[in-house]
Amino acid sequence: MSTLTPSAEASAAPAERSFARQGLRLGIMTMIGRAYPRLVAANREPDWIFYEVALPLLQICAFALVYKALGAPKYIGIVILGGGMMAFWINVLWSMAAQLHWERQSGNLELYLMAPASMLWILAGMAIGGMLATAVRAAAVLILGSLIFGVTYHVVSYPLVILAFLFSLVALYGLGSMLASLYLLYNREVWAIQEVIQEPVALLTGSYVPVRALGPIVAGFAALIPLTLGLDAVRQLVFPHLFATLLSPGWEVAILGVLVIVFCGGAAWSLRYIEYRAKVLGRLSLKWQ
Amino acid sequence: MSHPAERDVPAIQTVNVRRVYHARGGRSIGGAKAGKTVVALDGVSLNIARGEIFGLLGRNGAGKTTLIKILTTLLAPTSGQAYIDGMDVTREVTKVRQRIAMVSGGEQSGYGILTVREQLWMFAQFYGVPSKIAHQRIDELLSAVGLGDQANQKVYALSTGMRQRMNLCRALVSDPEILFLDEPTVGLDVEASRSVRDYVRQWMRQDPRRTVLLTTHYMFEADELCDHVAVINHGHIVAEGTTDDLKRGLQEHARFQLEMAEWLPAFTEMLRNRDGVVEAQAEQRNDRTQLRLALLREEFIVPTIASINEAGGRVLALRRIEPTLEEAFVRLVGDEAESQREAEGAEVNG
Repeated sequence: MSTLTPSAEASAAPAERSFARQGLRLGIMTMIGRAYPRLVAANREPDWIFYEVALPLLQICAFALVYKALGAPKYIGIVILGGGMMAFWINVLWSMAAQLHWERQSGNLELYLMAPASMLWILAGMAIGGMLATAVRAAAVLILGSLIFGVTYHVVSYPLVILAFLFSLVALYGLGSMLASLYLLYNREVWAIQEVIQEPVALLTGSYVPVRALGPIVAGFAALIPLTLGLDAVRQLVFPHLFATLLSPGWEVAILGVLVIVFCGGAAWSLRYIEYRAKVLGRLSLKWQ
Repeated sequence: MSHPAERDVPAIQTVNVRRVYHARGGRSIGGAKAGKTVVALDGVSLNIARGEIFGLLGRNGAGKTTLIKILTTLLAPTSGQAYIDGMDVTREVTKVRQRIAMVSGGEQSGYGILTVREQLWMFAQFYGVPSKIAHQRIDELLSAVGLGDQANQKVYALSTGMRQRMNLCRALVSDPEILFLDEPTVGLDVEASRSVRDYVRQWMRQDPRRTVLLTTHYMFEADELCDHVAVINHGHIVAEGTTDDLKRGLQEHARFQLEMAEWLPAFTEMLRNRDGVVEAQAEQRNDRTQLRLALLREEFIVPTIASINEAGGRVLALRRIEPTLEEAFVRLVGDEAESQREAEGAEVNG
């Protein structure tokens, strides 16, 4: 094995830093490249206004009218907030968790794996593109729903609202990235699985009802889905003292912080594991496997 | 540090590469039925020099795609080593990936909702190509493959041929040194295929550092494009050399075709009895006769023609018949398939 001379050692450190900088630059470019189709191109076809704003609004209207009929219009706000957050869950489910499966079908996965940047940057691009594009849709649902039903918000703490929202989104997309890898390895019937879990999760996370109503045990399990605590925290912070909650917003934000680490770390680990297994077993990139 | 092109290393090198697939749980992998083990590559060693277009020919399931997947870092070899530009594909993955690109036949990669330009820009980002340079390259590439007018067209609106030309641009936008073409013209019409081949040749001429590994089922394509070819069958390289080497290697006899103005059936019999004539077949075509001769050696043609003239025949035209690459391929793969059938034991029940 060769030994580095002092001068070579001195020059090795900047070389490594330079390599890391290049790697970071490449990663960011990869992320922006992959986010682009979601950020720009996905808004080209106007049918998203119907499918991703009008239809969710109809669902919200149904729940809102039930609350109104029951003489509890003050709860309409939590439905609208839940409807806005549900847009992110649907995006995570169909455009994150299932995405690598679709990418394999189209042949993109091979090209992504062959690219020099880590697949994590591709997933990050998918997540950021999905988050920002969905934010537009969620905001549209939130604004229109609030205007239609005259909902007003009383924000207790802006920093906590922002933290709760951001943490729940990052944890949610981390979960989506983790599921994407697992789907790739174990699942072929993506459509079926997606259909099966979409509605139960909407119920479990308390999208249209306060999650506490599910009972402490079910709510406790549901808290593993980032949407649950995120929604509960944000609702507490914009509709204070309206309903029984799981935990205080501070605790919920702290747990969400832990979920961010768990799911993002899990996504990184599962992706590496999948890539390793795929390379050894040959089960990753071939379309027909 | 010297540029890789200056070093005396093959652009692509494999040393005794072996790849075994194990199928479990009712799944089929790489052609292996559930519960079985299949040897997809068995000791493949290749050296492909920089600047070459190298053809890898083989039937479906012969191991071509498995080899390409190993070389493109998508699959690990079970044993053996593979190098791109002297770098180990299993250990120096990032460096290898910066130098390579691949286009597959029937590829549907990318996103239909993007324009052609956006699609190419997106892939350029994955290779760290700055936007300004990427757009310059995109313009040049699209213009070179005849898609200049389609730059702002949505990808889903492209025809199959246009899409494959765009895929070629996608692979080249990162300016790779080594390009893998896995049956790139499959499913394309004649014009589109020719366009792809023409551009590959043009691209190779632009820089001597560039190398192409092409797999194809179209023998004329390999004949037209490749400097060297290897024939792979059941995971073994069964022949390697220039296309002419392969054709000549199979030719046991010198074959000629003659067009005759006057011919009598007795002439055929006379020729068959001559020294050096292995086979003689005459076929009447309108007012002429076409004579096919197989001779022991090429030099027997002169005395044979002399004897035809002496017998009263008149030779109008003479042509040496060269075997085609397809004939060479069929002979090689057929022979190998025969021996493989005898050695069915290579497939081990798991």
